[in-house]
Amino acid sequence: MSGGGYLMTAGLGWFAGKAGFMIGMVMGFAGMLGWAERKQSAVMQDRVGANRASILGFRALGLFHPIADAIKMLTKEDFVPPFADKVLHLLAPLIAAVAAMSAFAFIPFGDEIHVGGRIVPLVAVPMDLSALYVLGVVGLAIYGPFLAGAASNSKYALMGSLRAAAQLISYEVTLGLTLMGVFLVFRSLDLQAIVQAQGGALLGGWLPRWGIVLQPFGFLLFLAAAIAETKRVPFDLPEGESEIIGYFVEYSGMRFGLFMIAEFIEIVLFSALMATLFFGGWQVPGLARLALPQAAVALIQVAAFFVKVALLCAFQLLIRWTLPRFRYDQLMALGWKRLLPLSLLNLLVTAAVLAWRG
Amino acid sequence: MKFIERLYYPAVVKGLWITTRHLIGNLVRHGLFLAGLRKEPGLVTVQYPEQKRVLPPRSRTRHRLTRRSSGEPKCVACMLCATACPAECIHIEAGEHPDPTIEKYPVAFDIDLGRCVFCGLCVEACPVDAIRMDTGIIDLAAYDRHAMVLHKEELMNPPVVATPTGHPPTV
Repeated sequence: MSGGGYLMTAGLGWFAGKAGFMIGMVMGFAGMLGWAERKQSAVMQDRVGANRASILGFRALGLFHPIADAIKMLTKEDFVPPFADKVLHLLAPLIAAVAAMSAFAFIPFGDEIHVGGRIVPLVAVPMDLSALYVLGVVGLAIYGPFLAGAASNSKYALMGSLRAAAQLISYEVTLGLTLMGVFLVFRSLDLQAIVQAQGGALLGGWLPRWGIVLQPFGFLLFLAAAIAETKRVPFDLPEGESEIIGYFVEYSGMRFGLFMIAEFIEIVLFSALMATLFFGGWQVPGLARLALPQAAVALIQVAAFFVKVALLCAFQLLIRWTLPRFRYDQLMALGWKRLLPLSLLNLLVTAAVLAWRG
Repeated sequence: MKFIERLYYPAVVKGLWITTRHLIGNLVRHGLFLAGLRKEPGLVTVQYPEQKRVLPPRSRTRHRLTRRSSGEPKCVACMLCATACPAECIHIEAGEHPDPTIEKYPVAFDIDLGRCVFCGLCVEACPVDAIRMDTGIIDLAAYDRHAMVLHKEELMNPPVVATPTGHPPTV
């Protein structure tokens, strides 16, 4: 099994380093997303946004507000509703956060670095089935909201979690089917191999061979399914910020904070997945012609990956603050009656084109 | 719905174009303003309390009692304002004034800002123009209800503020 064999050969230290780096970057992104959500939404709406949190007189454009939020959540009372299931009540946000974060172990953030005669691939766990594992972990993340409502001993929360679970498993199907189109085109389930296959160019060297060029329709479907999986507007009826009571109505303080962190981490996860599968991951078109030393190439590629993730996160925020919310029956109809047949059609057309071209 | 509306994505793209235009435009305009290259700020937020909005000249703000040239309050404790007040927030205690042309004067004049609805009926009711609502003071917060009751001393000596109405306080 290449997973265990990798740890034996390249060492636990490298794995720990890469995993630690990924976790650090992801948590940094999730924290920045808390700030970016307020600031980007404010600038989109012609206003300034939150800019009053200050440390020693420095306001720093409101960058301290996420820290203020964290302090507020940590100092709140840790409350479990009476007669609720204590273990599940604690477990639900943990499952949501851990499942969202553990998918990052398989996302390649760079090509490889050559250190001391050893080639280290820049994936925390290189595996030839990594895309499948990521899909599985995303399926596990459904348990978070599901258990949250079930453990809360509150009918409102239960209804919210039923909505959430139904929505998540519906859009999971479309997620998998659109990804199948990508796997057909790139002939691999290994995320690192998919990114490496996006290195070439089409149309006489002008158009990079990225996923969005080869599977544009698949990208649109994956975008819709990904936003539905993260339970963000326009698909946020389960949590329905202000109008309708969601599955975390009985959660306060850091338990609720974990749900919010899990949501932001899922945004980063799906941005990273979209960057990896459709936007060339760490590929920088035209970098090979510059003939830079290997360390510089690796650094530029890692930076390019995170820039792409940041831009896609900003795009998701743009969508969130532009679109109105779906009604629940519209949401389910969209998932089953529109996106599923369209993703099957996409798969059919992709397979037909590939079979025709040999 | 027409077919192109049923597709949903074209409408999404149109909406995204509007918000992206706002996003990029505001970033550029406000960035130029912050860099000093542009006079007007790109964003419409008024940063209270550093900046204040200019209120219309007849805005009803905190009350004050006007004075005669001798320094005594113009108020003759006729109770018309207390009677007109719909929130019953004015309490006056009358005392006898030695001058027979000014029969009474207020010994105590309390306005409970917690009850006041800022309707201005007391100003309209007063026959001697003793009470006005033109100080321009709009930040009236206090830490308890007792601190929200204004007595005669505070009403006769309002703090001078750069009035948010933008007009000098009338004498």
